[in-house]
Amino acid sequence: MSNTSAWQIFVWVALPYLALGIFVVGHIWRWRYDQFGWTSRSTQLQERRLLKWGSPIFHYGTFGAIAGHVIGVLIPERWTRAIGIPESVYRWFSASAGTLAAVLIIAGVVILAGRRLVVPRVRATTSPVDYITLVLLLVIILTGVVPTIFVNLLGHGYDYRTTVAPWFRGLFSGSPDVTAIASAPIVYQVHAASAWLIWAIWPFSRLVHAWSAPLWYLWRPYIVYRSREATPPAEPGTSGRRWRKIGVPY
Amino acid sequence: MRIMAQVAMVMNLDKCIGCHTCTVTCKQVWTNRPGTEYVYFNNVETKPGVGYPKRYEDQSQWHGGWTLDRKGRLQLKAGSRLRRLLSVFYNPDLPSIDDYGDPWTYDYQTLINAPAGTRNPSAHSISALTGRDMDVKWGSNWDDDLAGGPDHAAGDPDLAGLSDQVKLAFEQVFMFYLPRICEHCLNPSCVAFCPSGAMYKREEDGIVLVDQDRCRGWRFCVSGCPYKKVYFNHRTGKAEKCTLCFPRIEAGQPTICSETCVGRLCYLGLVLYDADKVLTAAATPDPRDLYEAQLSVFLDPDDPGIQAEATRQGIPADWIDAARRSPVHALIARHRVALPLHPEYRTLPMVWYIPPLSPVTDIVHAAGYDDDTPDQIFAAIEALRIPAEYLANLFTAGDPGPVQRVLRTLTAVRAQMRAEQLGQDVPERLAESVGATRTDLADLYRLLAIAKYDERYVIPPAHAEDAGRLMAQHEQLFCAQPGGPDSFHPPAAQEFRDDGGRLHLNLSPQGQS
Ligand code: HEM
Ligand code: SF4
Ligand code: SF4
Repeated sequence: MSNTSAWQIFVWVALPYLALGIFVVGHIWRWRYDQFGWTSRSTQLQERRLLKWGSPIFHYGTFGAIAGHVIGVLIPERWTRAIGIPESVYRWFSASAGTLAAVLIIAGVVILAGRRLVVPRVRATTSPVDYITLVLLLVIILTGVVPTIFVNLLGHGYDYRTTVAPWFRGLFSGSPDVTAIASAPIVYQVHAASAWLIWAIWPFSRLVHAWSAPLWYLWRPYIVYRSREATPPAEPGTSGRRWRKIGVPY
Repeated sequence: MRIMAQVAMVMNLDKCIGCHTCTVTCKQVWTNRPGTEYVYFNNVETKPGVGYPKRYEDQSQWHGGWTLDRKGRLQLKAGSRLRRLLSVFYNPDLPSIDDYGDPWTYDYQTLINAPAGTRNPSAHSISALTGRDMDVKWGSNWDDDLAGGPDHAAGDPDLAGLSDQVKLAFEQVFMFYLPRICEHCLNPSCVAFCPSGAMYKREEDGIVLVDQDRCRGWRFCVSGCPYKKVYFNHRTGKAEKCTLCFPRIEAGQPTICSETCVGRLCYLGLVLYDADKVLTAAATPDPRDLYEAQLSVFLDPDDPGIQAEATRQGIPADWIDAARRSPVHALIARHRVALPLHPEYRTLPMVWYIPPLSPVTDIVHAAGYDDDTPDQIFAAIEALRIPAEYLANLFTAGDPGPVQRVLRTLTAVRAQMRAEQLGQDVPERLAESVGATRTDLADLYRLLAIAKYDERYVIPPAHAEDAGRLMAQHEQLFCAQPGGPDSFHPPAAQEFRDDGGRLHLNLSPQGQS
């Protein structure tokens, strides 16, 4: 570790752990103190034509990408082989499905971000954290998919398993290999760093709405009754206007 | 039978002068905040007119409320739950802000800052959403008093099905106001549409509310309500709706719109209903039968059997008493002069309306007839297709029968009281001809014309002490036992109700002290 600078230590060791810590503590804090701010903060009322395309494309693309990562990471190769899927088919499927998801997400983010910039009504409701989120998402997906397409499919190939992967695994075993990641091409570095950053931003952005996916709706009775009940007074410091500080530009 | 109490409302449209006082006071109390500039929990529409938001009554466009599927089962108009969830990222049925009216204010600073000597400085309209200059093109009340009639009123969905000739004649002769708040439905589709379960109907009084802490901004309630009485606060990202002024109702006071109404045309009171019958009633096959079906859900608070059962199910005695004195129950069920707004949406709405008679008498008068003679007015009510069919589209899913019956009853009230007060003979069989008695008509006169404050609003205060009951028992167990844990015997319930039905707690384990 002789030739690692303090900056490198910060980006490749401190940042990931910090981001994870902020992610966990931030969510606990926000869940407890900011139920009122926990929302998708829809802007469909203000603008619907662009949202009609941007939002579904983006979300379905994101779900595709998440599913792809889950399949790729969790399902071992021998399983797919056991049910008779040859390696080449699997590769072809994952490459094309992955590309499709990437294209959808990129198109979606571009539409959503463009809409936030250009449509005055939406722009007026946009807080800095909205821009940061969208830009980070765009950067992550671009730096994730560009090398896959240009380097691995069209170019000479690059094996990130010798640089990014050891560092990444090291983070979880407590000895991240900083030199390895520091020597990776810049796209991979940007991808990794911005991916960690978005975890840190997550609890303070509208992204928290993802945890509230209302699947329960499929089972619950249509009409909800509630009886008036005695509610304990709010915890000290939890009332007041605190929630306004998150995600609201005005 | 599951007996529930509902705080319900009746509005007497004959008396509405369209002054919008109710709208303004409601706005001042509830939606005078950033994010709700465009929101009117209470709004008053001119009928015929497109409404607020535009054409909200046209459910083939907005897919609000319920419908029946092929097997006759109740289903949300916008499709299955799965379909809802799949379209959560973009709600195809959500009105845009332009359908309500882009909220605007004026750049008043230019008036104040204009240099001395400027002739006629003017304040420009600026958008409340963006702060930019804008041209005002539409607002919640744009077609008030038939303004722009030929262009706008023709867009009224309630005119559908009326012939062109009728439509044309319509504007020349017929106009009235329709004040609207949330209906606090017995089968609220807004609640059924909410994926988070943040919306609920209160068990005690039936008021429908949005839990602001649980709403996640999926905005389906907005499109799911056929009356478009849930609104999206674009700053907080949460849904908001008419609360029936529950803090006032709990204190036994009328809602702010009723309290300030210039025409004093609102009635508030309890209705007891059988919650087990609600879904069957809402699934009545023919929409024209929905009015009768909803009536069959209501229970008669004067029936001793119902009273006993209600007491057994925990409805306090003062609430049962209030239900007996309820003006709303009287107008809806006893005299049957109030009708539900758009029963065909199948939400079983609970703000009912007494249809306006004045437009009819105006026509009779204009035709040179004597508008005091009930026979002539009766004949006019039969002959005039215009108001009856139009009102039927509003109140009875197109069946003119009940509307005509109500208008005749109102005419009979006028005729009887006129005769009595002028010392003339009350026309024979007048009351019977509308299926009532002389006393009934006198009651209606008292309720509709005299309309004393105490008789318009019979609102029993909430039983807040019920909420604290469990806690008091809890403290009794652990703090008030003499002799310590060894001699611990849970005391028999030390609670009793007084004559008014209020629950009292006796915290001394020794009994009454
Ligand atoms: C899990 C289920 C999810 C649901 C039900 C959901 C639903 C929604 C809804 C209703 C909106 C508001 C759209 C509007 O303006 O009307 C929204 C916006 C958004 N969602 Fe999701 N979402 C989910 C997951 C995610 C995930 C996993 C991400 C990203 C990692 C995400 C990122 C976003 C972003 C960035 C926006 C803002 C779009 C804009 O700029 O207007 N969502 N989502
Ligand atoms: S009128 Fe009120 S209770 Fe009925 S569906 Fe609409 S918002 Fe819900
Ligand atoms: S205050 Fe009364 S009279 Fe005036 S518009 Fe409202 S309901 Fe009609």
